[in-house]
Amino acid sequence: MTDRIEQRINSLNKRLNSEKRFRIYCIGAMSFALAWVLILFLNIFSSGYSAFYRTVIQVDVPFLNLIEDTTQFSEMSSEDINNLSMYSFSKKAIYGLFPDIEEKKDKKMLIRLFSIEFEQEIREFLKSNKSNINETETIYLTASDDVDQVNKGNYPRGLDEDKRRIKDIQLLFFDDLVDRGLVSYEFNLPFLMRGDSREPELAGVGGSIVGSLFTILVVLILSFPIGIFAAIYLEEFAPKNRVTDFIEININNLAAVPSIVFGLLGLGIILNTFGLPRSTPLVGGIVLSLMTLPTIIIATRASLRAVPPSIREGALAVGATKMQAVMHHVVPVAMPGALTGTIIGLAQALGETAPLLLIGMVAFVVDVPQTPLDASASLPVQVYLWSESAERGYVEKTSATIMMLLGFLILMNLAAVLIRRKFETKW
Amino acid sequence: MKSIKIKADNLNVYYGEKQALFDVSMYMEEKQVTALIGPSGCGKSTFIRCLNRMNDVIDICKVQGKIEIDGNDIYAPDMQVEQLRERVGMVFQKPNPFPKSIFENVAYGPRIHGIAEHKSDLEEIVVTSLKKAALFDEVKDRLYDAGTGLSGGQQQRLCIARAISVNPDIILMDEPCSALDPIATARIEELMGDLKTEYTIIIVTHSMQQAARVSSRTGFFHLGKLVEVDKTETIFSNPSDQRTQDYITGRFG
Repeated sequence: MTDRIEQRINSLNKRLNSEKRFRIYCIGAMSFALAWVLILFLNIFSSGYSAFYRTVIQVDVPFLNLIEDTTQFSEMSSEDINNLSMYSFSKKAIYGLFPDIEEKKDKKMLIRLFSIEFEQEIREFLKSNKSNINETETIYLTASDDVDQVNKGNYPRGLDEDKRRIKDIQLLFFDDLVDRGLVSYEFNLPFLMRGDSREPELAGVGGSIVGSLFTILVVLILSFPIGIFAAIYLEEFAPKNRVTDFIEININNLAAVPSIVFGLLGLGIILNTFGLPRSTPLVGGIVLSLMTLPTIIIATRASLRAVPPSIREGALAVGATKMQAVMHHVVPVAMPGALTGTIIGLAQALGETAPLLLIGMVAFVVDVPQTPLDASASLPVQVYLWSESAERGYVEKTSATIMMLLGFLILMNLAAVLIRRKFETKW
Repeated sequence: MKSIKIKADNLNVYYGEKQALFDVSMYMEEKQVTALIGPSGCGKSTFIRCLNRMNDVIDICKVQGKIEIDGNDIYAPDMQVEQLRERVGMVFQKPNPFPKSIFENVAYGPRIHGIAEHKSDLEEIVVTSLKKAALFDEVKDRLYDAGTGLSGGQQQRLCIARAISVNPDIILMDEPCSALDPIATARIEELMGDLKTEYTIIIVTHSMQQAARVSSRTGFFHLGKLVEVDKTETIFSNPSDQRTQDYITGRFG
């Protein structure tokens, strides 16, 4: 008798121990996955956050040298200001930082501390403040990428001079400017507003954000109605036979097709046969819609299937037609699920790169697109483009673009969760 | 003898290869409660779902034979099934209110059939239907709350209100009390007693006591066949078939 009890206790302890072990395995697996996510986020954040501010250098610009009376600017149109020859004037304003420099070579080095658009920046300042320009104005000019990186501490100053892009004399200038308090940081608004550029300090994600938004909009407009209608037909109206089985299998297959194949399809048919404009969000959106459709259809069908059949019967029993029963009662209940599926599909499309490379959205585009028919980049392609670039400034910009992309993805997934929570039918 | 409302003639129903009903012929009297009893899977639900053609939804279901309501064949090609279901309402085993407000649940039928022209008419229909279903007093302060928030018995009465909102002649009830507790069941039974003054009621039930309490005629189904149909007292006191006798005395089922 006692033997049996002891046996039971032993076997129970064994079971309890194995449960404990199992729990440890599970927690271990979860921690491992979480650790990687954390490492990814830390890595991207630590190398990307510095792209959100930029180095500017204070320069005193003596506008009196450009014109006899600075009040005259207020009477000039933007056109007139564009026609002013300001290049050597702007250069002289920069030389004013170090009046003692004589040698042409050193002057050139000094100019190269600034972004190549310094003349344009002074002109823009003049345009927007033309009504009250003083004799001398202090303007914050964008520093060149090399200076920016040195200032942020991303640049190894210890290298031999011939192994780095920034020269010793430039470092001397820079350190002196820092001592005089003329070097400062400001929020990098141009990074969020501008398109791509060959100069890292002038390159922005604005173009690719707008490009991505246009693309996603096209995907939404195309794939949401088509996906929902296809799902409703297949789930509610289609007869259950071999043809619909075949369609169902192929939709599932389509969801598993590598995305680059859709890119090839877009290249072959949408660009070459239909002749739609290359590199545009319209074409990108069409291609990504093909990729997103199966996701939306599968998610919508699943949520339609989850609507209890008793609801359909209830509607049919008071004399509703099949369509009324479906549209009035089944679809509204299934809608949160369908929307969630759609947003998840859109989030996938937002992060998709491969098909866009094939339809030419990998082009170098400086202008921020105005319509879905303008050539454009997109966020993931911008990451790809910048990750290949040699200049140091693109490193932080690549990570910052990934941060923006992740930010959008997190927002979309959050929206999906919120929609599901808020509109879910409670039985 | 009351006048005959529904008449089924040699009804055979197949689900694919499997035959579910064999040569069922019976009639149901107007403004009476007819109960259908029998063990699970005997075909009584299949039969009741033929009366408003709910079986049409099932692809593999095939119906042969004839069902006449007021002398019209409901399986005739020119019969519109939506119109039929307006005249033959149905209440299901599990309460299935729409996930909408109480008001919307009842207003849905009249609205799709265009019965109410004005909003005030619609409100009147909703109120009368809820009153007839003995639910109005309990929900009059919360007509715009979710119908799914009611208790099980209230939900079932809401479904009854929904069924009578389109002013049918016949109400089919497929085990309406099987998901309810005894108190809610008693209320529904009481309600049936009131409703039969206006409507012809066919009820499928597992409970023989319920059949005995509410119905005037009872049909006993077994293995897809209608074994016996007669006055309720006769079925329960002096059945003519041995199988009925065995079933009501609890030998099987």
